[in-house]
Amino acid sequence: MFGFSPLSTVIWLPMLAAVAVLLTGSDKNAALARWIALAGSVAGFLVALPLWTGFDRFMAGMQFVELAPWVETLNINYYLGIDGISLLLILLNCFTTVLVVIAGWQVIQVRVSQYMAAFLLLSGMMNGVFSALDAALFYVFFEATLIPMFVIIGIWGGSNRVYAAIKFFLYTLAGSLLTLVAIIYLYNASGGSFSLLDWYALPIPFAAQALVFVAFFAAFAVKVPMWPVHTWLPDAHVEAPTGGSVVLAAIMLKLGAYGFIRLSLPIVPDASQYLAPVVIGLSLAAVVYIGLVALVQTDMKKLIAYSSISHMGFVTLGIFIFDAHGLQGAVIQMVSHGFVSGALFLCVGVLYDRMHSRSISDYGGVANRMPVFAAFFMLFAMANAGLPGTSGFVGEFLVIIGAMNVNFWYALAAATTLIFGAAYTLWMYKRVVFGAVANDRVAALKDIGKREILVLGLVAIAVLLIGVYPLPLTEVLNVSVGSLLEHVAVSKL
Amino acid sequence: MMTVYLVAALAPLAGALIAGLFGHLTGRTGAHRITIAGVALSTVASAAVFLDVMDGNLFNGTVYTWATSAGITFEIGFLIDQLSATMMLVVSFASLMVHIYTIGYMIDDPGYQRFFSYISAFTFAMLMLVMSNNFLQLFFGWEAVGLMSYLLIGFWYTRPTAIYANLKAFLVNRVGDFGFILGIALVLAYFGTLDYASVFAAAPGKSGDLVGTAFGVHWPLLTAICICLFVGAMGKSAQFPLHVWLPDSMEGPTPISALIHAATMVTAGIFMVARMSPLFELSETALSTILIIGAITALFMGLLAIVQTDIKRVIAYSTLSQLGYMTVALGASAYSAAIFHLMTHAFFKALLFLAAGSVIIGMHHDQDMRNMGGLRRRMPITWAVFLIGSLALIGFPFFSGFYSKESIIEAVHLSRIPGAGLAYVAVTLGVLITALYTFRMYFLVFEGEPRYSKPARNANHSAEEAHGEHVGAGEPHESPAVVWWPLVALAVPSVVIGAIAVAPMLFGGFFGDSVRVLAEHDVVAQLAERFHGWLAMGLHGFLTLPVWIAITGVVMAWFFYLRRPDIAARIRDRLQPLHTLLDQKYFMDRFNDWFFAGGARFVGRGLWRIGDTTVIDGVIVNGSARLVGWFASVVRKFQSGFVYHYAFTMIIGLFVLMTWWFLRI
Repeated sequence: MFGFSPLSTVIWLPMLAAVAVLLTGSDKNAALARWIALAGSVAGFLVALPLWTGFDRFMAGMQFVELAPWVETLNINYYLGIDGISLLLILLNCFTTVLVVIAGWQVIQVRVSQYMAAFLLLSGMMNGVFSALDAALFYVFFEATLIPMFVIIGIWGGSNRVYAAIKFFLYTLAGSLLTLVAIIYLYNASGGSFSLLDWYALPIPFAAQALVFVAFFAAFAVKVPMWPVHTWLPDAHVEAPTGGSVVLAAIMLKLGAYGFIRLSLPIVPDASQYLAPVVIGLSLAAVVYIGLVALVQTDMKKLIAYSSISHMGFVTLGIFIFDAHGLQGAVIQMVSHGFVSGALFLCVGVLYDRMHSRSISDYGGVANRMPVFAAFFMLFAMANAGLPGTSGFVGEFLVIIGAMNVNFWYALAAATTLIFGAAYTLWMYKRVVFGAVANDRVAALKDIGKREILVLGLVAIAVLLIGVYPLPLTEVLNVSVGSLLEHVAVSKL
Repeated sequence: MMTVYLVAALAPLAGALIAGLFGHLTGRTGAHRITIAGVALSTVASAAVFLDVMDGNLFNGTVYTWATSAGITFEIGFLIDQLSATMMLVVSFASLMVHIYTIGYMIDDPGYQRFFSYISAFTFAMLMLVMSNNFLQLFFGWEAVGLMSYLLIGFWYTRPTAIYANLKAFLVNRVGDFGFILGIALVLAYFGTLDYASVFAAAPGKSGDLVGTAFGVHWPLLTAICICLFVGAMGKSAQFPLHVWLPDSMEGPTPISALIHAATMVTAGIFMVARMSPLFELSETALSTILIIGAITALFMGLLAIVQTDIKRVIAYSTLSQLGYMTVALGASAYSAAIFHLMTHAFFKALLFLAAGSVIIGMHHDQDMRNMGGLRRRMPITWAVFLIGSLALIGFPFFSGFYSKESIIEAVHLSRIPGAGLAYVAVTLGVLITALYTFRMYFLVFEGEPRYSKPARNANHSAEEAHGEHVGAGEPHESPAVVWWPLVALAVPSVVIGAIAVAPMLFGGFFGDSVRVLAEHDVVAQLAERFHGWLAMGLHGFLTLPVWIAITGVVMAWFFYLRRPDIAARIRDRLQPLHTLLDQKYFMDRFNDWFFAGGARFVGRGLWRIGDTTVIDGVIVNGSARLVGWFASVVRKFQSGFVYHYAFTMIIGLFVLMTWWFLRI
């Protein structure tokens, strides 16, 4: 049908590149591995662009659909398709992959080919999650992403990497096993179909809806992560190498939120609406509780990890208030958080590469030695605090106004992030970057080089562009978000 | 005219970007030339816009669409009317003067280009704020000026006091913004648009509406909106109890204190409320709140200025108090008087700050007034303009401040809004306080015996001493032309702008429809009946209470601080607790540090250590891991490897099953 299948390409091209990178073998060919990885990631981003240009912004329903039988006995299909929500996440993913490849260029010196391959593999798999319309395919991709990340943390991580990697793996696996049960139930209930679109149309009694919702929730809430199942994230971030943290924060956390949007809401809408107050409560707890916890962190990576949880609270809040502004805001917040938290982890990585410390108290007065870096870091810190003009504001603003449409108190609790977000981010910034030069090691710091400027500069442009002109994003989302909410509003009992 | 509007807003941005990103290429001179050219262009454009508006050409339109969501279009656009044109002119002119002055003030600073970039970017943000035609862009400008204020207070980022002050300023402002964004969200939720004109048109029809909240509580919609918005204004315009950031913001370089923390940014809240007058008019509760908050600020912040020893801090507290006056005027529905005072204050307060900066340069960056005295002969130009600024500040007849402040006091006197009586007492007493602290400062700095030959005392607030090379060394001298020239340019409007503008601006319906007042609140119209021209008003001033109170204050200042300083010292010793209370700023900083900052850290640490580490990770996560481990260890015992254990277990099992099978019948 298509001479060129864009969705298959964005999934499999990075994976092929991963194989090519692996073939370079040992670290003797590290340089070659790097260049192949870069070429693969850039090509991966370029082949995603036709999705953007060819996307029909006024069409509801799935686009770029590909359908082929996979396991015919079980009626499992290789069934792909995207709407505006998936589109943005795929683009974010492809963009981020380029960044982590460049960011790991010099820092990673052992098992280079495996490191690069792991990220390319991960990238392809996550594109698979974002474009799968078959539940079995979705589940396979969703679970498969655990493996490269487990390896990334377990091999290139910090001193406590094994505990963190296993905690990460078991925590998220435990959640997703229940999802498998729900998927099998739905397969039977629908008379033997794994197609998500079939499940959307499937009437389900309320009790079953509630159980399915809880089963999905177990997987997705852990992934997001929502309070109180968030404690794996700070550990994973602290131990992960910079690239791992970037991908974890920028993309992997979005898998959970995407699962809510793609599976929970449309398949079990009645249970979703009935249980929404619980999810909203947990989301607001994330904003307030985690905001306060972030304030007292002494480790920069932990602080940003907690800030991630707090920002993801906004995403789940936006999803479960069933308001168009809220859902739109949630998706934009996902994209923005991808850029901003990714950039903040890159910034910490820049410092860590030079000082081998993540502890805030080891720093002070970095601006004296690294003015260019300080400027970038300030931009991303402000974006994290949701300053208008940066991408961080757009999502938060839309979620807050969406929450106000539903309930004044939701909006009030959500808006506290204006205070908490600024407090923990800027207080950290003050202690690390401002002030007189704190010690000899800070005095010896060198400002960022061309490669680091390139990486941070690319993200900075994205952050500012979305902040000043988010219209293209909202145009892509309007129809998708609208039709999803229309669907959810119809009872399936 | 669209091009002119865009030039007015964007020229400073272009200057800021060039100086900021390519400052190493332009060099120092290049940076200040480019930014000054940008701001000068903006000033010219603003003047053209102002004249155009005078001709009756108003504008309300879109520049571009920012986003669309759920059928609502969010836009960036301009509303050009009398109010915004006035603000544009004040902002760009004050900014231009400060730019020029900065050449002299920051001459030795290594961050020269960065500084020019920041103040130009600030000018852009402030212009976007005042030119906005919708709430969203207002919030953009609102936060952007906050950002620039943060960066500029912390300009000397190696100083602990500066980076403490800028974080504090940003966070306190964020508390205000928290209310502000809720107000904006309420507007959108209940009006379905953020466009000023549509909201204002729909507002009267919603005066009876209620906001439903979860617990069966219902609030009047417009009151809820107005109070939320005003919380934002309290942050930005430093109203009690969110005023705490402004005095500390004096850690920034003096040109910033003049531009941002006196003339323009801190008046954003005043401007916003005036802009929202069609909403505020419909809620008497909100107006009453504004009156009382303003009255508290006007009186109690003025009192603090009396005990300050740092020249900039005296002016900072004076700014707080004057912002209180403007707020009181807003509460009394005298919006035009508030904007009028905003304008005159912008000129004379920028003048006072920059003159203080000139004194600081002359004193080699010593800011302690106890080390000054007798500077009149050393710095004649600075002395003259400082005296002009002081007279304008205390509201001496014919000076600009007289017309605006007198109008406010009279307007409050006539107002029937609950709380106006209290506010009247506060603003009248405030006149005495203003005159007292202003002329205390004047006498300490310019009159009497020189004290600068003495070795510098342990100055509490000598924030800029690290900046200067020799603190308190050498004889004070007049500042260079690039410094005093802007002072003179500001001194002229500080004298005449009141007399010129009072008739058209306050009583001539200058603001037209840009400010709306309900007939029963319209105290300014009542004042207009008594108004017979600026000359008559000035002469009549000598027959009114406030002017004589002000003169009393000046005499008191002269007596206590020049004639008999020993009496002042004795009074201070006698009233030690009172002095401590004022010196400690009513202990509000300490309370905030302890309760809010410390409290948040305490709670955060508790949630982290107890909630996350002990309960979730300790009990649930690792606990379940241990449970699995324990279960496995128990189960392991069954696999002993001895055949007779297995056989015994099988027999027991068989027995149990058979028993169960027999009993089942």
